[in-house]
Amino acid sequence: MKILVPVKRVIDYNVKPRVKADGTGVDLANVKMSMNPFDEIAVEEALKIKEAGSAEEVVAVSVGPAKAADTLRTAMAMGADRAILVQTDEEVEPLAVAKILKAIVAEENPGLVILGKQAIDDDSNQTGQMLAALLGRPQGTFASKVVIEGDAVAVTREVDGGLETVKLALPAIVTTDLRLNEPRYASLPNIIKAKKKPLDTKSPADYGVDIAPRLKTLTVAEPPVRSAGIKVESVDALVAKLKELGVA
Amino acid sequence: MKTLVWVEHDNAAVKDATLHTVTAAAKLGDVHLLVAGAGCAAVAEAAAQIAGVAKVHLADDAAYAHALAENVAPLIVGLMADHDAFLAPATTTGKNVAPRVAALLDVMQVSDILSVEGEKTFTRPIYAGNAIATVESSDAKLVITVRTTAFDKAEATGGSASLEAVAGAGDAGLSSFVGAEIATSERPELTSAKVIVSGGRALKDAETFEATILPLADKLGAAVGASRAAVDAGYVPNDYQVGQTGKIVAPEVYIAVGISGAIQHLAGMKDSKTIIAINKDEDAPIFQVADIGLVADLFDAVPELTGKL
Repeated sequence: MKILVPVKRVIDYNVKPRVKADGTGVDLANVKMSMNPFDEIAVEEALKIKEAGSAEEVVAVSVGPAKAADTLRTAMAMGADRAILVQTDEEVEPLAVAKILKAIVAEENPGLVILGKQAIDDDSNQTGQMLAALLGRPQGTFASKVVIEGDAVAVTREVDGGLETVKLALPAIVTTDLRLNEPRYASLPNIIKAKKKPLDTKSPADYGVDIAPRLKTLTVAEPPVRSAGIKVESVDALVAKLKELGVA
Repeated sequence: MKTLVWVEHDNAAVKDATLHTVTAAAKLGDVHLLVAGAGCAAVAEAAAQIAGVAKVHLADDAAYAHALAENVAPLIVGLMADHDAFLAPATTTGKNVAPRVAALLDVMQVSDILSVEGEKTFTRPIYAGNAIATVESSDAKLVITVRTTAFDKAEATGGSASLEAVAGAGDAGLSSFVGAEIATSERPELTSAKVIVSGGRALKDAETFEATILPLADKLGAAVGASRAAVDAGYVPNDYQVGQTGKIVAPEVYIAVGISGAIQHLAGMKDSKTIIAINKDEDAPIFQVADIGLVADLFDAVPELTGKL
């Protein structure tokens, strides 16, 4: 079985994003970018499945600017075998990404596609589900455990009340939640080796996908600022405040 | 505009998330509901009582018992021939099902909306709530998930909607439900609680978390939450997690105990009406959003606070 792992280059999760003064978006100039944290977990899970002997090849794919190649190199330094970059400078919405991935799935025919549950920039949480829909395949979203069982996969999902396990016929789509695994760090020798691994560069047009956005962003604004709070000196003062609020 | 709202239920009662979603749907037009499940006629009866609802579609079939996206998405797509918008609460069920529906309809979903600004214009948080985008859809049909804390609850009674049974294609044969481990709690549900007491890594271990946080929560009739650090360290189950990747809450009062206030945590609670922070580090970022702060060692302050309430 082959595993396809889509990864996204996003603002580093430790950076506090700044909204541009003209309200057109978030300022990404000279900001540290990294692989979306949920995608690191997806790469790790694919590698674990390969190491357990249930998969032969792990292919990383990214849709984005030329610099997304760095993100793919990171995936290959972790252990992915090769990569595909679908290069575009446009912003690509989850629906268009899902359509591009569908075309790649048709070429590569993976048994599993493992994606992160959401990207920490647009916070959409859609691409995996959309890909599953377009392919007519089952989906195991928000996975905290993935077990290959012959021609099926058992996925334990993090749901609001606790955990839920579903069994999916392969080929299937899985999206990762935070607790699925602890992603490995790429070692220096592996980072060097990753430079020699194959990276194919394509364009959305190669797959015949129209990436024109369906949602138009009218403005991007700072969230309302909370008014400055006060500090109390003692527990007694805090108790008094709780009484004022009517909760004690 | 005719909207179709996904009814979240546990086979016995309509969940509050549905009531919040109905309020958002009513801003767009006529509200129809979809109750899908197995043996859920009582839920449909209750749903028909919700104020402002015109019609309830009931799909009662073993295939819909666990809301498997592969089975319910085609059912919803069928109903969308006669509706202009599909709305689901941004719960794990809504987030699982709605994008599958959107792709089948070839439309872009608008995730986690905070407000309805016009027929096709909505606001939604991006970058962990550090920015608010106003977006306009150009699609013929809308698929939307709703941030429940951003909309008031519709009245659960006072309505008298008509009830109509619908049939779908049933089991798509792609997936099956194996089992669930649902955490049981006597406390209020996290996402609908008025008061939340939340603990972080500073609580040291599961026993200390329990001994420190739970008595305070009990005194206040509060739900219990946690930061990701506390969940990852195994102090509490992961469904306690508040934040970008956990639950989004907006209670009247949120008490953060031993939580530093990383941006991912703030994304889940900064719309709370009043935020109270107890932390011994006076430079902790949590104090930048807290309305009331107490710089103190939580192991002294929390038991003292519990004792004095």
